[in-house]
Amino acid sequence: MSNQTEQAEIVRRSLKGRYRKERRFRAYGILAIALALAALVVLFADIIGKGHTGFLKTTITLDVEMDSEAMYLEDPTNSDEVRMADFVEPLIVSLAEMLPDATVDDRDQLRGLVNAYSSNQLRDELVASPQWMGTTQTITFLANSDVDVYVKHKDDDAYSIKLSEQQREWVDELEQRGIIETRFNDVFFTSGDSRDPARAGVLGAIVGSLLVMFVTLALSFPIGVAAAIYLEEFAPKNKFTDFIEVNINNLAAVPSIIFGLLGLAVFINLFGMPRSAPFVGGLVLTLMTLPTIIISSRAAIKSVPPSIRQAAEGVGASKMQVVLHHVLPLAMPGMLTGSIIGMAQALGETAPLLLIGMVAFVVEIPDGFFDGATALPVQVFLWAGSPESGFIERASAAIMVLLAFLMSMNALAIWLRKRLERRW
Amino acid sequence: MQPANLFFLTLALIGVAYALGYFRSRALAAPMGGIRHLKSLPGYYGVRAAMWCGIPALIVLALWVSFEGQVIQLLVLGSLGPEMVPKSVGEASLMMSRISNIASGALSSDSVEQPLTNAAALLTNLRDNSGNYMTLLVLSIAGLAGFVGWYRIQPRLNAREQVEKTLRWIMFACAGVAILTTIGIVFSVIFETIRFFGMVSFVDFFFGTSWSPQVALRADQVGSDGAFGMIPLFTGTLLISAIALVVAVPVGLLSAIYLSEYANTRVRGLVKPAMEMLAGVPTVVYGFFAALTVAPFIADFADSLGVGASSQSALAAGLVMGIMIIPFVSSLSDDVINAVPQTLRDGSLALGATQSETMKKVIFPAALPGIMGGILLAASRAIGETMIVVMAAGLAANLTANPLESVTTVTVQIATLLVGDQEFDSPKTLAAFALGAMLFIVTLLLNVLALKIVRKYREQYE
Repeated sequence: MSNQTEQAEIVRRSLKGRYRKERRFRAYGILAIALALAALVVLFADIIGKGHTGFLKTTITLDVEMDSEAMYLEDPTNSDEVRMADFVEPLIVSLAEMLPDATVDDRDQLRGLVNAYSSNQLRDELVASPQWMGTTQTITFLANSDVDVYVKHKDDDAYSIKLSEQQREWVDELEQRGIIETRFNDVFFTSGDSRDPARAGVLGAIVGSLLVMFVTLALSFPIGVAAAIYLEEFAPKNKFTDFIEVNINNLAAVPSIIFGLLGLAVFINLFGMPRSAPFVGGLVLTLMTLPTIIISSRAAIKSVPPSIRQAAEGVGASKMQVVLHHVLPLAMPGMLTGSIIGMAQALGETAPLLLIGMVAFVVEIPDGFFDGATALPVQVFLWAGSPESGFIERASAAIMVLLAFLMSMNALAIWLRKRLERRW
Repeated sequence: MQPANLFFLTLALIGVAYALGYFRSRALAAPMGGIRHLKSLPGYYGVRAAMWCGIPALIVLALWVSFEGQVIQLLVLGSLGPEMVPKSVGEASLMMSRISNIASGALSSDSVEQPLTNAAALLTNLRDNSGNYMTLLVLSIAGLAGFVGWYRIQPRLNAREQVEKTLRWIMFACAGVAILTTIGIVFSVIFETIRFFGMVSFVDFFFGTSWSPQVALRADQVGSDGAFGMIPLFTGTLLISAIALVVAVPVGLLSAIYLSEYANTRVRGLVKPAMEMLAGVPTVVYGFFAALTVAPFIADFADSLGVGASSQSALAAGLVMGIMIIPFVSSLSDDVINAVPQTLRDGSLALGATQSETMKKVIFPAALPGIMGGILLAASRAIGETMIVVMAAGLAANLTANPLESVTTVTVQIATLLVGDQEFDSPKTLAAFALGAMLFIVTLLLNVLALKIVRKYREQYE
């Protein structure tokens, strides 16, 4: 009897410590989750903090006097004259007029305020409307990318700004007078890559990614679904089928860069396909996503209850009819969800595309499956490695575009699952 | 015609063949008194005709696109005459690029030998006409085979059986793609690896402690004789992966335990998708984060402590890689912990153990093999991860265990050696394939081992 009370006493005395341990263990769990979520929040906050300015462009609006003497140009419709004409001088004159302490002799400093492409823009606009000759027009130009960085990140030490003291004063003044302003960056969404951050855009990369995704989807979905049906419904139970299964499971875990090696050695070297082509990128990503699609499609087929099959067989359907008419439609939502998730993975994939040459500097928007192209994540990689500070915000902005695509794909997958999923 | 356009045109032809087959079977059945005198439903005759039309044509199209470049090169180089035919692969590609430069006008045709100009003309001709030949061939095959398929439709023909048999074969072929992929991977690395070991000895590669793959272009060049010792790459990879696992395993495991044992459904429903978002972020985004935010922060922080840190420290890459594999570890451990039978839990709790004691002394030991399997899978992922290390780890192959220094990894070297133009007869390019082979073998072994452990563990409780 006394033995029992003694034991109960020991247990009671230990209880406090044990409960403390319990609370500590629980706190560790919460701490772990908090750490993981904090990492997520910091990651997103960092990207958005760096990237939101990428959606703004800095413009400079000038009153340009089209003086034929200063421009050495009489007739803007004469292409020979246009080629020889000076389109930089009117910009400098206009800037010098606006800044009281600047003269035309500060030519190089003034010229550093407007984008290097501005003279071409002026030429094109003047050729398009030759009646402007001899008049003064108000035209909005892109600012130089250094001015762009300065206007957006004046107070941030992390950005190196390549403007002289004099130029900074001018920019401050012009900004106050509303001549330099920031507005929505349409250039970013309507142009391809450029060496100049102010004129670089993601459209080329988006189109490249879409072309790659099209090839990937067109190949991996039918092949993956067909393979899943075969393995789940028709394959005889033998060594060979087992071998295929083991193969698929292992392929799902092979590092993506190995698929890049495969693409380089087989598609480019053996088959002689062009480098940098979205078609080859699509082939490589197809091989990479196939295991994901096969595995999720098999799970979807497995979840269709046997009673459906038995009922169809009972009314005389052949095995193929059972599968195509009854099992496949019921498994389709699960297959689609799995495929969308696989496609989202493929869209974010970079490493294999590096090896098949989709890292080239491509200015034009690709317009075919065999054109040179980059993809969105590769564009992020390229810009992140560029020395100009203007590219950092462009890279972050491109990441935001990429994440927007990925999130809408995942939302679509979740919506499909909610909407079409059936519980048996 | 562009291959893509031709593909869509063939698809349209397949549709036409289906319709023609469908209507022909109906027309044949009409005088006999309706489609119940057909052996199969009209749709099957349509599909049969479509298969006749489409399958051979699409196979030819795929083969043409795959081998077009090769065949053109063979024809052009073959036209050079026996004394000029290049002897090695490198020579052939050099010759080919010369010819295509002449053809595009980048190289003036006056300054080169006559056979080369002729070859250039042939190349231009072949390139211009190849698309036409392909279009002609594919469309005539589609038309002819489609006609045969259409013509042979008879009421007594069992179209359904034929269609189903063909479908089965197509499905089998699709399942075979997985095997072809594996074979492709093995063969694409094995040949180049063998050639690499023809130039560099096994001992130098596996036990050498210095890695500098620049090879002298000229015999008298200074300071770049090429060293291919993989030890520094190997230790660099291990260092970064170890840092990643030190971050990911405790965080992932503890959050999985909390989520599966303590959290109520509402918290679970909120936290789990948020954790999965970490898994959905592309690796290039993590690389950007590591290179532009974490690495400078660590360098500044180490400076303020008075310890020097490289701006591309192994710590930055490892930390961020750890964040990346947290969801991986946590979802795998979650599965494993949930697979432990409830009776074990109930038994322990009934004896008066607290929840944490149950977890630590009963469930964790029971789940340990499964968790080990999960950690091995996570390790294999960390070893094979490329973008984070390409962007945040360095290129210098330092043999060090200091996480504040810059190290390089196997994947970084593969990526840097193969980006841009390569010659396939220099050990520098071939080294990338040898490294790829090592990477493939190591990750494969880890995966096989992990899957085996996980499977064995599952069977134990089923």
